[in-house]
Order: sequence, then structure tokens, then C-alpha cells
Amino acid sequence: MSVVAAAPARENLRRTWYAFSRNGGSLFGLGIVVVVVLLTAFAPWVTPFPRHARAFTDFEHASLPPGGSHLFGTDTIGRDILTRVVFGYRFSLLLGLVVLSAAVPTGVVLGLLAGYYRGWPETVIMRVTDIFLSIPPLALALAIMAVLEPNLQNAMLAVSVMWWPWYTRLVYGLVSSLRNEGYVQAAQIVGASPAHILLREILPNCLPAILTKMTLDMAFVILIGSSLSFLGLGVQPPDPDLGTMVADGAKYMPDLWWVPVFPGLAILVIVLGFNLLGDGLRDIFGVEV
Amino acid sequence: MLLGLSLLIFVIARVIPGDPARIALGPLASRAQIAALRAQMYLDEPLPVQYAHYVRGVVRGDFGESLYTHRPVTTDLHDLFPATLELVLYAGLLMVAVGVPLGILAASYRDTWVDTLVRLISLGGVVTPAFVWAIVLMLIFAYALGVLPVAGRLSAGAVPPPPVTGLVTIDALLDRNPATYLDFLRHLVLPAVSLALAGVAQAARLTRASMVDVAGRPFIEAARAFGISNARIALKYMLKPSLIPTVTILGLDFAALLGNAFLVEAVFNWPGIARYGVQVILRKDLNAIVAVVIIMGLFFVVINFLIDILVGYLDPRIRLRQADEAA
Repeated sequence: MSVVAAAPARENLRRTWYAFSRNGGSLFGLGIVVVVVLLTAFAPWVTPFPRHARAFTDFEHASLPPGGSHLFGTDTIGRDILTRVVFGYRFSLLLGLVVLSAAVPTGVVLGLLAGYYRGWPETVIMRVTDIFLSIPPLALALAIMAVLEPNLQNAMLAVSVMWWPWYTRLVYGLVSSLRNEGYVQAAQIVGASPAHILLREILPNCLPAILTKMTLDMAFVILIGSSLSFLGLGVQPPDPDLGTMVADGAKYMPDLWWVPVFPGLAILVIVLGFNLLGDGLRDIFGVEV
Repeated sequence: MLLGLSLLIFVIARVIPGDPARIALGPLASRAQIAALRAQMYLDEPLPVQYAHYVRGVVRGDFGESLYTHRPVTTDLHDLFPATLELVLYAGLLMVAVGVPLGILAASYRDTWVDTLVRLISLGGVVTPAFVWAIVLMLIFAYALGVLPVAGRLSAGAVPPPPVTGLVTIDALLDRNPATYLDFLRHLVLPAVSLALAGVAQAARLTRASMVDVAGRPFIEAARAFGISNARIALKYMLKPSLIPTVTILGLDFAALLGNAFLVEAVFNWPGIARYGVQVILRKDLNAIVAVVIIMGLFFVVINFLIDILVGYLDPRIRLRQADEAA
């Protein structure tokens, strides 16, 4: 039995991979994401000056232009920018993972409930969702940051609070149409519990859309997170964060142009990676998010 | 919406630990002073009463005094908001004037190099934060080429036009002062472009997608069968229906520009509300924070209202249905 079931699954995977790999952009995106994840995982071993990741001064080698042993140059107190960019990616990815692992389950559960139970749960949940969605994202994050201490945890909290409604709306829309499908009605007729119907019948059919949106959102969460730290409301020095590094470097333009430009490009690269990967997933799953 | 936002800020502000009166007066204040300020800020009243006082102040346009500038918050906003509004308006204009035509081009030359080029441009706009564009554009045009000013709103020697609306472009025109107008425009180009790029990308993508969608409809085929030229079909028959979804999303983008202005103003030293906003956030200047957030919410409401009108104009079904209901 298991052999019979496993073969189509592997075949399915192979076909999905084939469809995915036909698209150069998606592969490129996947490549970027894989490389960045590996770099951050092994950051202490692959970066040339791991000690420069935090508070460190070496005025003898301060403000060196790119080249030689410092591929991206050094900042005003002599830290290697390449090293700090790689360590900075850790905070970007961490922010993305934490925000999504808080926002996605919340949003998905609320979306399932609102879509499946008509009546007051639907009204209450969707009305609250609409209020959150009607506030411009950065404004909401700023409002929350305004009353909290600026640091990474609070930035994560602020971004999570503004992110869950998008999943509620996505899942709500999917559930509203799936609940009338034959297999859902069949499950209802044989007396399956609502939990079984929601989690085993409906949720699996929402997963491709959720997964695609999560990939695209990694890009946008990283973008928003770096914007918050650029304003000084996110990761605090001496921890390396790409947004903070750009903000610091902007003070020394144009002479030390490499100080802000390389971290800026680093943000661009990771956001591009997740974006292309997400676009690729959207194409092969054929979902609208 | 505004009510929800104001309630949200109010609740968060009151739940956080720390006595606002003590924070406002600093560590050296005496007990009596703190008690007096607490009474003045209604902090001893029950929470619903506090909220009522707070809403009454906000409705009257009285946000209290900023702890950072020691001036009434309303005065600060009056001085700073026009600069931001002007930046956002021009960026929005750019977003529509560049983004929509790019989308039309891409849809008309679908699957050719034009389409690919537009797609690359929009990808660049979407994946790059506004502050990175700001820095890169500043390095290229202000420093390397030296063709545009580095920062600020007017050159050091320039005399600002007499303030009528607070928007320098309009004031300069009212003053019949083309030199100031041009000087201002030169300062505006870089911030407005960096702010607009993400929106341009979004506009181009959306316009292209909905044009392509409309292109498959029967009425377009009918128009082709009548032998109407491609350009005429694209501009006269396809554009209007495709703009309906675009306008809705662009309105949201337009409102989001105000949030992103925070990022651009910081780089270009633009004397607007955003820089002030960041300062007051870092200093926990609650009165000013509330005012800044409410202004952003208000802007959002106004934009949404304008979008509804515009969509009604573009989509006769909505307009006529409402007319029917009214009749």
C-alpha cells in the first residue's frame, strides 16, 4: 500500500520540480535564497573577520575602500563590511521567520473559522481584519513602535501585528469557495467533525497559496524590517543589521559611498531572491495571492 | 477606521508601563508637580473618561504640546506637513504618469523585449527599499554628476515665496516667481523619484496585467473585427476598463507613499513631518505621535474617498446602480 502511495507522490514532486526548473527566474531566486541561507548558517566560518560582527574597533584599517582583504571596504571604525553584511542577513532572516511563524498560524486559523462558520464569527473576524488592512502598513508599524522601546523583539511584534490580516483574508477567500466542494460536503454527510473538515479536508487545499504568499512575504517582511531599522526603530547597534548599516553609512556620503551602498545592495539581493522564488511558486501552483 | 486607530494608540499608550506625567517632567520633578500634571492630563480619571477627553481634544484639532519642540503640536504639523504633502503629491503624480504608460506599453508589446524591459524595471522598483534608491540616486546625480542638489527643499540663498498654501510650488506660482519654482523642482526631483519608484513598478505591473486580461474579452475582438487600429483599441477601448482595478490598488499605494516618505525624508534632509515623526517616536513624545498617526490615517481616508469617486467615474455600473438606488 505504502509503495503504491509513495510512487505517485514522488512522481508528483518530480513533475513540480520540472515545471519549476523551466523558469530561469525562479531558479535564480532559489539559488539566491539557498546561498544566503548557507552563508548565514556558516557565517562565523565563511566570513573573513567574524569578530567585526559586533562592537569592534580597528582605527588603523578604518574607512578603507573596497578591495584587497576587505572586499566591500571597512566602515569608519574599521569593521569589515562584507562580514557585517553576512551577519546582518541573520537578523533579516530571523525577522522574516519569526514574523511569519507568528502571523501565518494566527491569520490562517482566523481565516478558516471565518470562512467556515457563517454568521457572527465571520462578521467579527472579517470586520477586525478590515480595520487592520485599512491602515497603511508602515504607519501601523510606526504607531506600534512609537509606544514600545525600539529593538528587534518589538519590531518583530509590530510587523507581526500588521501581517496576520493578509492571511486571514487569503484563507477566508479560499475557504468560502472550498466549503461548497463535493468532498467537503461528503465529509459533512458522513459526520466528520468540523475540526477534521477544516484541518484535513480544507486546509491542505489552501497550502499552495499559503506557501506562495509566505515566500513572497519573506521579501516584504525583510523590506519593512530593514526600513524600521533604517529609521532607528529596529535592531540596535552594535548588532549588524542591513537597514541600520545603510542609515549609518548615509552620514558619510559621498566619500565613504561603500558603507551604505553594499548593505543596501544586500537588501536588494535577498528581497529579489524571495520575490523570484515566490513568483515561480505562484506560476507552478497556479494560485492568486 | 480613524476611531479604531485612535483607540489602538490610546490603549497601547495607556497600557505601557511608566507614568506619562513623570516621563514628561523628568526625574527631578517634585511629587506635587507630578500630581498637578496628572490632574491636568486627566490621568486620575477612569480610562473611558480619559478616552473621551482625548477624543474631544483630537476632534478640536488640539493635540497638546510637544515635549520635543515645546510648541503646540498643531503648530509643528502646520509648519511641516505641507512639505511632506508636496513630496507625496509629486511622487504620486510621477507614479501614475510613468507607471501607467509603462504598463500600457508592456501590454501592447506583450512578450517582446519591451515587455521584458518593463518587467525588469518594475522588479527593480519592487525589491529595492526607497531609502536605498534615495542613496544610490543621490550618489549618482548629486555627487558623481553634480547635476542636482544634494538635500533640502530650497537652495541656501533662495528666498522662500510668501506662504499662502505652504506648498512651495503653488506659492511660487502665485508669487509669479519662476526662479524659485525651478530651484524647488530641482530639489524635488531626487526625493520624489526615489519615493515613486516602488509605486511606478506596482502601477506598471497592475496596468499590464489588467490590460492583458481585458484584451481577451469579446468586445475587443469585435473592435478588431471592425478594423479599428491597435493604438486606438488600446487607448480608447482597453484602457478605461483596465484602469478600474489599477486605480483601487494605486490609491492604496498612494497612501503608502506617506509612510515611505519617512524613509526618503531622512536621506534628503527634507523638512517634513516624517523626520519629526521619527524624532518624536524616539523621544516617546506621545502628543506628537498621536497627531502624526492621526494625520496619516486622515490622509488615508481622504485618498480612499477620492478613489471611490474615481472608480465610480470609470465604472458606469457602479455609478448607475447608485443612481438607481437613490431614485
